Parts: sequence; C-alpha cells; structure tokens
Amino acid sequence: MASRGGSEEQDNTRGTVKNMSDTHITRREAMLQILRVAGAGAVTAGAAFWLAERSTRPVATAAAYAKRDHTVPASVALPQMVVVQGDDPRALVRQAFVDLGGISRFIARNDVVVLKPNIAWDRTPEQAANTNPDIVAEVVRQCRQAGAGRVVVTDVSCNEAERCFRRSGIQAAASVEGAEVILPDPARFREVDLGGVVLQSWPVFEPFLEADKLINIPIAKHHGLTGVTLGFKNWYGILGGQRNRLHQQIHQSLVDLAAFMLPSLTLIDCYRVLLRNGPTGGNPEDVALKKTLIAGTDPVALDAYAAKAFWNLESDSLLWLKLAEERGLGRSDFENVPAKFTRLD
Amino acid sequence: MLVRIRLIHLRRASQVFFFLLFLLLLVRTGFRGATGATGEIQMRWPVRLFFEFDPLAALVNALATHALYRGLAWSLLIVLPVMFLGRFFCGWICPIGTVHHFFGNLQSERKRGRQWIESNRYKPWQRTKYAILVALLAAALCGSAIAGWFDPFSLLVRSLTLSILPAFNYAANAALTPLEHSPIGAVRAPAAILHAVLSATVLNFRQPHFQLGALLGLILIVLLALNLRVTRFWCRALCPLGALLGFAARWSILGLHKEAASCDNCNRCLLHCQGGDDPIGTAPWHKAECLLCLNCVDVCPQHSLRFRFFRKRAEVAGPNLPRRKALAGLAAGLSAVPLLRAETAMGRSRNEHLIRPPGALEETEFLGRCIRCCECMKVCPNNALQPAFAEAGLEGLWTPVLAPRIGYCEPSCVLCSEVCPTGAIWNITPREKGWVVGVGQQNSQPVRLGTAFHDRSRCLPWALATDCVVCEEWCPVSPKAIDLEQVEVPDAAGNLKLLKQPHVDPSLCVGCGACEYACPLQEHPAVYVTSIGESRSPSNQILLTRRKEKAQS
Repeated sequence: MASRGGSEEQDNTRGTVKNMSDTHITRREAMLQILRVAGAGAVTAGAAFWLAERSTRPVATAAAYAKRDHTVPASVALPQMVVVQGDDPRALVRQAFVDLGGISRFIARNDVVVLKPNIAWDRTPEQAANTNPDIVAEVVRQCRQAGAGRVVVTDVSCNEAERCFRRSGIQAAASVEGAEVILPDPARFREVDLGGVVLQSWPVFEPFLEADKLINIPIAKHHGLTGVTLGFKNWYGILGGQRNRLHQQIHQSLVDLAAFMLPSLTLIDCYRVLLRNGPTGGNPEDVALKKTLIAGTDPVALDAYAAKAFWNLESDSLLWLKLAEERGLGRSDFENVPAKFTRLD
Repeated sequence: MLVRIRLIHLRRASQVFFFLLFLLLLVRTGFRGATGATGEIQMRWPVRLFFEFDPLAALVNALATHALYRGLAWSLLIVLPVMFLGRFFCGWICPIGTVHHFFGNLQSERKRGRQWIESNRYKPWQRTKYAILVALLAAALCGSAIAGWFDPFSLLVRSLTLSILPAFNYAANAALTPLEHSPIGAVRAPAAILHAVLSATVLNFRQPHFQLGALLGLILIVLLALNLRVTRFWCRALCPLGALLGFAARWSILGLHKEAASCDNCNRCLLHCQGGDDPIGTAPWHKAECLLCLNCVDVCPQHSLRFRFFRKRAEVAGPNLPRRKALAGLAAGLSAVPLLRAETAMGRSRNEHLIRPPGALEETEFLGRCIRCCECMKVCPNNALQPAFAEAGLEGLWTPVLAPRIGYCEPSCVLCSEVCPTGAIWNITPREKGWVVGVGQQNSQPVRLGTAFHDRSRCLPWALATDCVVCEEWCPVSPKAIDLEQVEVPDAAGNLKLLKQPHVDPSLCVGCGACEYACPLQEHPAVYVTSIGESRSPSNQILLTRRKEKAQS
C-alpha cells in the first residue's frame, strides 16, 4: 500500500494538469476501501461474539461407566478351582486348562485376549516379584492355538516399564509365542467410572478396555499391608493415575476393582513364591520353590486357597475376601468349591 | 564431463557423517542403546565416544586427577594428527563446529557485502578463547573441572539432552497425538506412521523434564544466533577446545601456501573463511585460527591458495596470546577455585538435597572430574538425575543430583556410571551397587546415596490414622529398610483403629528415593531422602556403624 501511495505522489509532482482525480480517489475506490474495512470489522466482531458465546467454566467430562464382564458360563461337571503341581511351569498351564475343561471353553475364534501378568517391578524371574515368564508364554501359546485373533500381554508397571518388561523375561517369552506385548504408554489411558464404593473415576489403560476375554495371571507374594498379594491385588495394574492412594482403603479398593473387571479366568503363579519382603523382594532367600499353579473361575476361592496354602492365613483374617464374598464375586470357603488337584510327575 | 571431487565436498561429507554419528550416539544414550535380557542391562553403544576423543576433557582430567580415566587416552587420536596438520578437527569433525558452520552460512542483514568481508578478517578478540583455556586449565590444576561449562561437547550434549530433545519430545507428541485421532483417515495414517517411527528412534517413553532446561536451550540459541553477526563466533572467540588445538597446531607442518604475487584482492577467500585466519594473499596467515575448511582454496579464482607441507612463508604461527592476557587468564583460573570453594556448599552445612548418583566420588574428587556433560541425565531411566542449580554451590552448577520426587534410583541400574566419561561417577556393576541382594548381609557394603526419614506430621498412618505404607511396599532392598509397627491409635472420631506405622531403619536404607517417589503426598512427600549417610562421604554420616546383622523376620 505504501509503495502505491508513493507512486501516486510521484505522479502528482510530475503531472502538469491538476484535477480531482489526482487528489481524490474515485467513488469506486472509496467503496472498495469501505468494503474492505467493513469486512475485516465484521469478521473480528463475529469471531469475538462467537468466542464469547463459547466461554463456559471448565468442567471435567464425566467418565462413562463400563463394567467389564468377561466371565464364561459355569458348568456343574467342571471344577471351579484346579491346583496343579509339577516341575515344568509350562506343563502346569497345559494341565490346568485340561482340568478346567479345555481352553476352548474360555477362548473363541478371533477373540482379542488380554493377559494381565504382574510386570510391576524391575526384577528377574528368580526374584519372584513378577509372574513367571514361562507361565505367561504358555498361556499365550494356548490362546493362539485356540484361535484367538490377538493375544495382548500388558501391565502398568510400578518401576520403569521398559526395564520391568525386559528384565522380567515376559517381553521376550511372550513375543516368541506370538503375543503383542504393549508397554503402558502414558498417552493411552482413558478415564472410566469404576462404579465402586471408594473407586469412581480412574484412568484405565486402554488395552484392558478393548478385550474380548481377559485372563488374570498374578504371582503369589507377601505384602506388608494386606499380608499377601494375589489375584485381586493384580488389578491395581490396570490403573494409571495416583494409585498410591488406594492403600488408604485397600480392602474396599481391591473389591471395587475386582467387581469392575471380571476375568474369564485366573491363574495364580505359585511356581516361585515370595514369602517375605514382598511385593518387591529381591533376595532369592525370600523365595520358596513351590512349583504350583492355582487356576480357576472363582477369584475369591483362588486367593483364599493361596493365602492358606503358603502363608497359613485364614480367609476370615483377610478382609477383602469377606467383602468380595458379600459383593457376590465368589466364595471364600474354598473347601466347598468344586476343585481338582493334580500332581504331575 | 569429468566430475572432479573437490576437497570441500569431502569435508562436508565428513562433517555430516560425524554430526549424524554424534546424534545417533546421543539418542542411543538410553534404554534403546542398552542390551541385556533378564540379566544386567548394559550400554551396548559406545555413547561416550566423543568425550573420549575430547583432548580438553582428557587434559582437564589429567591436570585435576593426575591420571587419565578409562578411554580418555583415545583423545591422542585427535591431538597427534592436529599437531601435524592443524585444527582440521574443528573444521571436519567437531559436531558443534558443524552446527555453527551451518548457522554461519545463513543469510543475515548484518553480514552483507563489506560487512561480511570485514567480519571474516582476523580480529584480536579471537585471542579471548586462549585466555579462557588458560583459566580453565588453571582451575583444573586446582582440582576443579569447571572447564565442562565451556567444553564444546559438554555444551552440546547438555543443551540437547536437557532442553532441545525434551522440547522436541513434547512438541512431537503434542502435534502428532491429535492428528492420530483425527477423523480424516488420510491424516491419521501418516501421523501414526511418523509417530511410530519417531517413538522407535528419538522419542522417550516418558516425557523427560529437567530443572531450568529452558535456560540451557536459550544459551545454545544465543550462541547459534551470534553466527548471524560473525560466522562461527563460538569457535573463533570462545571455544576452549579450539584454543587447545590452536596451541597444539603450533608446529604443524601443513599450512596455507599463498602465491601473494597473483592475489588481486578479490576477497572471495575472506567471504567464505570459517576461522577468521586471513587467508588473503596480502595478509599473514594465522595458523592457529585456521579450521582447514578449505573454502579459500576452493574459491580462489587465481588458484593462488594451496595447502602444502613444509612451506616457508610469513605467518602467525602461534596463538599470539599477549602475556598480559595469559596472566589474566591464569589469575582468573587460580582465584576462581578458592572463591568457589569458600562457599557453604563445601563446608559443614551441605545442602540436604545434594544427593549424587550411585558410584559418584567424594565431593571434591567429584567436582574435579565432572565435566557437566549430562550424559548421566540422558541415560537415567527415571529422569531422576537433574542438573544442579544451587544444590551443589556455584561450582557444582549443572552437575547431576538425584531428585527423588521426580524419579528414584532404579535398584539394578548402573547406566549413569557406565556412560560417565571422566569417572566422576565411577564405573560400578549392579553387584557392586549391592541393592539387589541382601543389603546389610553381605560382606561388601552397598552404595548408599543418603537416608530416608518420615515426616510424621504429614505421614498418613502417623498424622491422620489412615492406612498407607506405600513406602514400605516400594522399598527395594531385602530385608526392607522400612519396618511396620502394628499400633492401635485413635482416629479423628476418637475410635481406636488398628494401623501399621512405618519406621526407617537407617542401617538398611540405601537412599534410593523410591519411598519418596511413591509417597501419595507427592508435592511434599512425607518420606524424603537426604544425603546424610551417603557412602561416598566419610564425614556426612549419622550412625557409628552401618554394618548391622539383621535377624530374618
């Protein structure tokens, strides 16, 4: 614009005849100028009114309640809890599935199966702070053989996730069998209403929300606050956020989580059992070789049995089992649950 | 047509190669560059390479410690050829030199025509770098490695690690995550692919954060912007490594041969000169300033410039540092260390947050070695190591401190000690670190970083009669350094409640900070680690002895 004005001035000085058109712009040009400025003004005002209209006090969007029920129908002919003992962790898994009526009872073709082992700590398998990688790998293999579309292995670790996944041996073992091993990507958490007594809106790691079937594969360990950490406590690993607050009402939290996420099946790895200094352990002296796998469809009975078998804890002393029973999640009197015991030699 | 391979093309190829190698090693300084399955995780890539080839780091290490740590003797591979050939390292290899070279070539209002030519003539202020070098070496002789503030590799790694790469990490996620969820498929797919590629190569799994990182980025940006006034201002005026190599080139046998008679003062050589060494035929050549970029040889229309061995021509051979400037540098270096060490940081009232990484030497030894390269902060898996600002006194600026609120020290990890090029964090194995198996039970004591304490006025079981003990859950040593005591306490309503209250056992605590990190009171944790009890210090201790046999519970 400035350059054009300049050239007009030059024309003026050079011009010999002065008329209106030299000092004044034409009507057409004036119209154009008015239109231009009016247009810019209208856009500015429009944008301002539109933005002013949009101003609302920020309110957190309410999380959707999404209970996850992956249970399969019970059968009177089949046990709800099986206990298998033997030297080979993989054989334990195979036998457990046979005793429970076969993998096809749990997995349909093209299912997205999510396995939830415990990969919480930067520990090696010998330290028994994470689920045994052979057990996880064998479950992956069984699911693949049953025709699962995708088998996902994931957990939200406590320690640095990349180290936990690698040093637990689970990343390598599960990948070899064709699992998709997913690290807890901080960008992939979704706010969900857990609908619990103390747990309402919490961030849940997405793969757990996208499963057709869910298999819980915890490891049996000692825990300072609750005495033991078994299948129920493993559900902490689906959550993100500030989950260290859960300990304040740990029993109710455990039950809230278990009532939100109902697995198709639970396998408690008791091959190596961390008897003391759990759940992190570290010292092989704390680990006892029990060579046992407890599996079944009644999560309450499974936890009650493991607590009694390895720590001699009565289910009456474990508050969360009582609360879970009241909530209808299973039976804490495992003696009365249809069970099968197998020893492989 | 015959394609002639020009030497400047070789130089450019060399610069690009070494710059990419530098970047590759930098992004590999982390979990991606580490190997190991269920066993120990170790660095597979030679990520220290550029520091081991850094003669300044080596000389400072030698002056301050009277020895050369690990691979630093490799820097002879740079020094010796430079002695024979001149500062080719600066023009052909140095990655920060390459960055400055690139920015120096950008068009600039302040570098046009005569101004451009004049800016490339030799200037007396180019001798500043020699004075800086003398000061830094004098400080090294007094046992302080503050040379790291100016070391070019330290500068570059520090700026990139603590500022530029974290910023890139943030920007990439912020830009690509919404695009990945875009309703338009044509946008979604490429964004997802790009994000996956970046995630697999450059991006961190967790966004890194560093104390005052933006300041470090700003320093680099200012140094780069100076190129718009004077090409390679950093290399010409400030770089102490360039100065050291300028001294080393004193007797080099390769040099610029000028056919002064054929020079018609066209100034083309000056236009493209990188070092500011007066390649023009009518002025004496400044050998110590020349970076051997060969631009002058390439552009001279008279072909009157050539690099030749064993010339006999008038030149300014040495750095030409006047005695007064040399003495000023010496005085600055010699007085800096006593001044810095008279601060409180080195005295009785040490900062409680001065928690050094595992393997770190005793504080004076540490400051004599640490060149503030921040490789340890790059490799730390938990973002736990932060550049000190005030924690370690002014002398300890940008040295690593553990900030447990941001991240704790991973029990089996010793990567910081593996990447440290100067032994400030001495190379240790996970076994020597001793946090994995039976702390307090083996013969060799574990490396301790400090000791944890509970703030009973904030701790939930102590102050609010509420269950918690996450600190005990996370405590990584076995037996655990946090004991639980079952007590019956009245809650706010006056009802008696059965609770477990945590107690730290200082004879077992290694100061990893996991408890502080995991404490639910995250902005001001109710359990916190201070440096007291750190095994590197003989004086910063609480207990008479920490060798305590603990009965198995």
